[in-house]
Amino acid sequence: MTRDVVIAGIAEAGLDKGVFAEPVSVLDIQAQCAVRAVADAGLELADVDGLLTAGLWGIPGAGTLMPLSVVEHLGIKPRFVDGTNIGGSAFDAHVAHAAMAVEKGYCDVAVITYASDQRSASGRNLEGKPPHLNMQFDSPFGLLTPIGSYALAARRHMHEYGTTSEQLAEIAVAARRWAQLNPAATKRDDLTIDGVLESSMISDPLHKLDACLVTDGGGAVVVTTPDKLGDAAKKKAVYVRGYGESVSHWTINSMPDLTTTPAAKSGPAAMQMAGVTHDDCDVVQIYDSFTITVLLTLEALGFCKPGEGGAFVENGRIAPGGAFPMNTSGGGLSCSHPGMYGMFLLFEAVRQLRGDAGERQLDKATTALVNGTGGGLSSTATVVLSNR
Amino acid sequence: MSQDSATPARPTPIVDTITARFWKAASEGRLELPRCNACDRFHYYPRAICPPCGSEDLSWERLSGRGTVYSWTVSHRPAGAGFKPFVPYVVALIDLEEGPRMLSNVRTDDLDSMAIDMAVTVDFEALADAIALPVFRPA
Repeated sequence: MTRDVVIAGIAEAGLDKGVFAEPVSVLDIQAQCAVRAVADAGLELADVDGLLTAGLWGIPGAGTLMPLSVVEHLGIKPRFVDGTNIGGSAFDAHVAHAAMAVEKGYCDVAVITYASDQRSASGRNLEGKPPHLNMQFDSPFGLLTPIGSYALAARRHMHEYGTTSEQLAEIAVAARRWAQLNPAATKRDDLTIDGVLESSMISDPLHKLDACLVTDGGGAVVVTTPDKLGDAAKKKAVYVRGYGESVSHWTINSMPDLTTTPAAKSGPAAMQMAGVTHDDCDVVQIYDSFTITVLLTLEALGFCKPGEGGAFVENGRIAPGGAFPMNTSGGGLSCSHPGMYGMFLLFEAVRQLRGDAGERQLDKATTALVNGTGGGLSSTATVVLSNR
Repeated sequence: MSQDSATPARPTPIVDTITARFWKAASEGRLELPRCNACDRFHYYPRAICPPCGSEDLSWERLSGRGTVYSWTVSHRPAGAGFKPFVPYVVALIDLEEGPRMLSNVRTDDLDSMAIDMAVTVDFEALADAIALPVFRPA
């Protein structure tokens, strides 16, 4: 049994200045978004027989066995659950896992959920990790988490290829210009390359404005097969054409080559499954935890050669009106970043493919490539989507 | 740098059966790591198996303590209160002469001298009772 797989519904929790517009718990945010996402697909909660979730809330405690708490809160009895947590790429991996389950008939309607109240609750934890197990060789040295790992990669890339801080800053500026077209984006004031370079240095060579925002955020995604959908939902369904995953380490100490992310494996796998080339990708959503994440990922995915990422992003190429439309919501750098951003890449890809992206809608958006990155350049999940 | 009572402690390694040898050697001023008798390679951090070859036939050996900087960053904020006295401080990946790579600190008063490929040598910093941190200094 092999069935077509689609993303049929999405829902994103509303933010006001980076915090939840409606301040309910992380479980209630996920419940509300799950209901809205299945409604977006013309379905009901009772149709859901697959649940996938990841997050960083309630650990230890209610989040320790996270899928169980979410299942309970939704009041559903799924026959397929997945709590894969590989960092911010988890939700892009969940699309792959849900697709495999739906393709095989292991479940019919899967919902992926996420919520984080990191901004309204307590802010991002920079206190490091408990110094046990593999962390006993990491935490005692005071690497800032996670920016330090990305700073080490940026420095190495600069050394090997002559990449500059100005080139990295272009990525943040392009994100801000996209955010200025998105009324839901958190940061919309003007930003220049100098503005990025003059922001405070956090982990040299990365500045504050090389780093993503710290916001709340949550949402849900419905993955199913077209046969389960009514005509209206079928029309706006987005097909999952290919997916790939790659995981290599947790602590940056164990990353083999700091300039090559696991996307060098997950990207070609997803594109081969989908039968698409780089030129076929009308819009690309690349996890932008930091500016360097984008640059390394563009190279790893093969949109440019290793070392050419700096030149690739120069002169507004990835900004509105540029030749390479990317992170059209404003991304984690300017729209929102609740800690694990991979689901929000999917939201924006689906909006573009549905033609729902408002002022930032691209003229041609048939095929989208999404690439999530998690941990310290530790994991990637690539998904290729198309609207036919 | 030892900690006085007013300064919160830096995270202190929670040692386990396999890693105890590494930390004991460090507290006695030696850098030691397991070497695989099947594939001949050192690995870092210490494990019960050689990754990914899988052999459990490992012997601990003393390393020279010499290495070069693979990459480095300067933390301009402390990664927790215990690091406040050190800001700004260098965190670096060190390629050890014998092959493995380890995350550590480079202790230097001259941040402008930091560079990839610079030669460094190990030093040991008392952190807690019977725990010393292997850090590096310009060679």
